[in-house]
Amino acid sequence: MKSEKKNGTYFLSVLMTILGFLLAAFLNAAVPQKADVVFKPHEIFGITTDSNTAYRFVLVLLSLYYLILGIVSARSEEKKNKYIHATKFRFVMGLLLFLWDLLGTKLQALPQPFFPGPAGIMEAFVAESDYILENTLYSLRLYICGFFIGVVTGILTGILVGWFPKVRYWLSPIMNVLGVIPAVAWMPFALTIMPNPFSAAVFLIAVSVWGLVATLTATGVQSTPKTQFEAGRVLGGNERYLVFHVAIPHALPQIFTGITTSNGYAFTTLVMAEMMGQPGGLGYYINASKVWSAYYKVFAAIIVMAILFSVITHLIELLQKRVLRWQEGVVK
Amino acid sequence: MSEPLLKIENVNRIYEDKETTTQVLHDINLEVRRGEFISIIGSSGCGKTTLLRLIAGLDRPQSGTLFLEGEKITGTSPKRGYVFQQGGLFEWLTVEQNIAAGLKARHIYREKKHRIPEFIEMIGLQGFEKVYPHQISGGMAQRVAIARTLINDPELILLDEPMGALDNFTRADLQDKILEIRKKHNTTMILVTHDIDEALYLSDRIVIMTPRPGCIREVIDVDMYHPRNRNGHDYVHLRKKLLEKFHMASEVKDPEYMI
Repeated sequence: MKSEKKNGTYFLSVLMTILGFLLAAFLNAAVPQKADVVFKPHEIFGITTDSNTAYRFVLVLLSLYYLILGIVSARSEEKKNKYIHATKFRFVMGLLLFLWDLLGTKLQALPQPFFPGPAGIMEAFVAESDYILENTLYSLRLYICGFFIGVVTGILTGILVGWFPKVRYWLSPIMNVLGVIPAVAWMPFALTIMPNPFSAAVFLIAVSVWGLVATLTATGVQSTPKTQFEAGRVLGGNERYLVFHVAIPHALPQIFTGITTSNGYAFTTLVMAEMMGQPGGLGYYINASKVWSAYYKVFAAIIVMAILFSVITHLIELLQKRVLRWQEGVVK
Repeated sequence: MSEPLLKIENVNRIYEDKETTTQVLHDINLEVRRGEFISIIGSSGCGKTTLLRLIAGLDRPQSGTLFLEGEKITGTSPKRGYVFQQGGLFEWLTVEQNIAAGLKARHIYREKKHRIPEFIEMIGLQGFEKVYPHQISGGMAQRVAIARTLINDPELILLDEPMGALDNFTRADLQDKILEIRKKHNTTMILVTHDIDEALYLSDRIVIMTPRPGCIREVIDVDMYHPRNRNGHDYVHLRKKLLEKFHMASEVKDPEYMI
């Protein structure tokens, strides 16, 4: 009986979630356009459409996504509860999207061009999808190069500092001083010594990541309990074994704290570097659009960033969970 | 008589601070035969763990020498396995990987990994191979610690109060397990403990140490067959004798009044 009632609640939840977005799509089509806006037709993926139709299409896609999520989640009780919990929020989101549509596009009651409606932002995606993609890939390339170099050099520095007292003596004061300087402060310097703008930005992102990862790796290595090293030694391990099989695994949780925290620094540095002297990237796109007061493009770029950075953060979390799975359920 | 497995000759160990100098071990002499089970007992601060660490090669004496099979001990070696009181396991490795750690450290993992299941079975942890240390009980963790020492085929196993942090039932269980392992592998073992009962139950000889400066006061032979009955006549008698040595046994006094 109880589970039947629960299933009923779940079915209603899925329905409500979808309904919110479908309602926004329906009202978008039903409410007449009051303000004087022309939706120009564009060709995208071989289909000719305008931004308002594209917006409605996105809403339908969203409701489809939540329908599929609802079906997939039905298999586990935990996921079902999560879905039910989010229903109210998602439904209200649908209503807010309509409200935004009404004020931003239909009536143009919001101050223009600073606050475009959803269709206005879609205009950027429909008209310049190739250009946005190109800039997104440029940002992604910058991020991957800079972040990877920063993490690798950070871990290496951290291990050396944590393991060798002599290296610690000479390097850790320098690390402490360099660590407090925001990486973007090095920009003029980076642009001078690096052969091109791309490598200059890679350098800045790497610097923003390096300090924290190095410091935390060193702390993790140094905080390894003496007993663990002795255990490694009595088992027959040499110094190399103690570094790679005792100190580094012990430092991994701290290394990951460094990586996840500095990931945020890397995003900040990336966008700032792009805004101040890159031939491409989402930051560049924002800057270039701002000059023409094309705020709808600014918002479009911000949405792409939100999605891109969330995905990257999520991937790092997945990796962390996988590598640190031995910590699962540990009460700290 | 054949050469002893372990020979400790005139060993002194002094800890020096900025102001104080403490003689932790004073003129220690001891010989351990192959296959023997020795317990070292004494109150805390008598230097029993220090002595064990010297044998392991985790510490060096100021003077005197330790020999294993006639060879001077200068550092750690997988020949002398060491089981820590607690916290010796690697938290990031599963039970199976912890047992294999010694093989990995000695670069003989590929040749010897087929032996891992045998050791898991020996400590009765089948089904726990893929489990991490924090997910098992303290008693299980110590069994893993013993197994990962044994897989190195040591000449000697040093046990540093491995049962100190366990409850009574788990402790008795682990004691029997240790006897079983010893019978099967005929490994020489040296156990540091402050539990007289434990020493009596397990050992062939009991070394009694006294503190400040830490020295060997007496070595007592325990001539009893295994399994030992903790309530047997000889056992109880020897326990009383041991307790007396620690000035702990007192005559049961009559109550001063009755209700």
